Amino acid sequence: MRQVVALLILCLLAGMIVMPATLRIGPYTLYRPRIDIPIGSRRIYRDLELKLGLDLQGGTHLVYQADTSKVPGQNIDAAIRATRDNLERRINLLGVSEALIQTSQVGSDHRLIVELPGVKDVNQALAIIGQTAQLEFREPKSASPSAASDFVPTGLTGKDLRLAQVKFNNGQAVVGLDFTSEGTKKFSDITSRNIGRQVAIFLDNQIVSAPVVQNAISDGQAIITGSFSVDVAKQLAIELNAGALPIPIKIVEQRNIGATLGQQSISKSLLAAGVGLVVVWLFMLGNYGLKGLLANLALVVYILVSLSVVKLVPITLTLAGIAGLVLSVGMAVDANILIFERIKEELRWGRSPATAMELGFLRAWNSIRDSNISSLITAGILFWFGSGSVRGFALTLTVGILVSLFTSTTVTRTLLRLVYVRNRA
Amino acid sequence: MSEIERKSSIDFIRYKWLYFGFSLLILIPGVISLIVYRLNLSIDFTGGTLLEIQTKSPLSHSAIQEVAKSQNLELSSIQDSADKTYLLRFKPMTADQNEKFKQALGEVTEKRFETVGPVVGLELTRKALAAVGIASVAIVLYIAWAFRQVPKPYSPWKFGVSAVVALLHDALVVLGIFSLLGHFMGVEVDALFVTAMLTVIGFSVHDTIVVFDRVRENLPKMPQSSFADVVNFSLSETLGRSLNTSITVLLTLLALLLFGGESIRWFVVALLVGITSGTYSSIFNASPLLVLWESRK
Repeated sequence: MRQVVALLILCLLAGMIVMPATLRIGPYTLYRPRIDIPIGSRRIYRDLELKLGLDLQGGTHLVYQADTSKVPGQNIDAAIRATRDNLERRINLLGVSEALIQTSQVGSDHRLIVELPGVKDVNQALAIIGQTAQLEFREPKSASPSAASDFVPTGLTGKDLRLAQVKFNNGQAVVGLDFTSEGTKKFSDITSRNIGRQVAIFLDNQIVSAPVVQNAISDGQAIITGSFSVDVAKQLAIELNAGALPIPIKIVEQRNIGATLGQQSISKSLLAAGVGLVVVWLFMLGNYGLKGLLANLALVVYILVSLSVVKLVPITLTLAGIAGLVLSVGMAVDANILIFERIKEELRWGRSPATAMELGFLRAWNSIRDSNISSLITAGILFWFGSGSVRGFALTLTVGILVSLFTSTTVTRTLLRLVYVRNRA
Repeated sequence: MSEIERKSSIDFIRYKWLYFGFSLLILIPGVISLIVYRLNLSIDFTGGTLLEIQTKSPLSHSAIQEVAKSQNLELSSIQDSADKTYLLRFKPMTADQNEKFKQALGEVTEKRFETVGPVVGLELTRKALAAVGIASVAIVLYIAWAFRQVPKPYSPWKFGVSAVVALLHDALVVLGIFSLLGHFMGVEVDALFVTAMLTVIGFSVHDTIVVFDRVRENLPKMPQSSFADVVNFSLSETLGRSLNTSITVLLTLLALLLFGGESIRWFVVALLVGITSGTYSSIFNASPLLVLWESRK
């Protein structure tokens, strides 16, 4: 009896997670709860919305290759992380909610994968992400430089910048620079060895200004003057703050999926899932009668629980991911079929119904375990192999296998015992 | 073996050469096609640009060709995907080039724009091969381990290898059929196809393991019977389960095929072919092979 109560509680919880944000039943409106648990300084927050992949809600998928050839080996990871953070800041400027930025390493190649759900204007996205406001201070090769090529890099770049902001100098908009401690030291060295000479400020390899150094500057402050309008100065400050990328990146893959295609995919997959489910229900009912009906109930529990897991983790659902879930419906009943066939055999061998039932579960377990482990192995390899949609499939398949192991054994057995006890009483 | 058991047992193993022959009948055209036509690889593997556009008024293929040519774009194929909707394949191109191209075509709506660099494609190929290889090895190891208690003189390794031969059979059936589909119907092999292949591999052993598990269970119970008899008996016992399970999985896949979106259609076809082959091979290839091998002592 205790198991039945636990099962009911599980269904109730899963139902609360799976339900839409608001549900109207007659005069009552039910609201889906949120999860918000503080653990020390961290907190676990889940709004329990179903996260849809790019192929379902439309959007842009970009893969950048990072050029790490100029970064010393031990600094690569840090540089990639910094680049990632920079990209994130730039994307936040775009105002995309739930953008996803991942890094991946293939051999010695480092990649940055950017997913922008709902972004239709790819060109704008590309422009903002690809914006390379590369700030660089260069010093002259000779005492009197005459062209931009007469300046050589000093090693003081946008990386050493703490903050850039618009300032006014005699009514003229300028961009004030505030260096990090390391940048301050570099800037102090550069200015002290170039007193009376020009130091040039380059932006994206273009010379912006080349003031003459009056004296060494050790407070880490500098300004970029130019005939900027206030707007241009503001834009420049934003780009500088968003950060010059520590490493140059180049686009190697780009996919843009229209939202209409995504909408169609969702409704079609839902229909397919529904039809598949009904067909499996009928099949089980026709083949196994009352036991089949109980397996079908277990299947409902399976759907509730696996969708809850997808929402709780949360796993981003892709088209292939839905296919994985639908496929695992077929697998969820497999375990039940194994058990029921085994029960039939035990009955044929002359066992009493109660013993046959318990033995059926017990003896079918080896096959169920072994065959599902082999499926889990391939799902694991799929996860390693894939990115994006392939991973989505591997994840939902794994969830499907694990949840179905639970529902098709424990849940079905609980239901069967319940019916059996009733019958005897 | 008791009289009842003997009656309920079907002699599967007797016709083993017939089953192997049938498998070859399916495999040979596919393998020839694989050698001659290879696979029709998508931009996921080869790198390139895929552009799907919908126009206000119908455009002729030659008009699209013309525009591409005038902009120095290498347009490798044009396909009608729906009404006034075209699927175009190019050598890799940039977003700027795409904008210009669309402007030149007049009023068009972009439904899909995908570019994969050649390096990324090469990597996918390498990873896909590695994934299939690793999966096969992992499964041999797992089965050999899971069947370590098989009574002597039978070898757990023979169980593992037989299962993997059946698995490779299924993989080859799917590859062969997709090579033919690629050549005659222009069906492309993409990253999702590799996913389908790996899933088929997982399912193939799934079925085989259920049969082998029963063989393991029956071996100590039937000390008087020959190995072939034990396998026959085990196959007969598990036949109901094998068929019912495959039917439910195939039913869900059919639902996906008929009602699911177009973008996963061939993914589902690959699964359908592979899982059908997987059920066949677990009964008609893996088990007879095990008998053939274990009897040669």
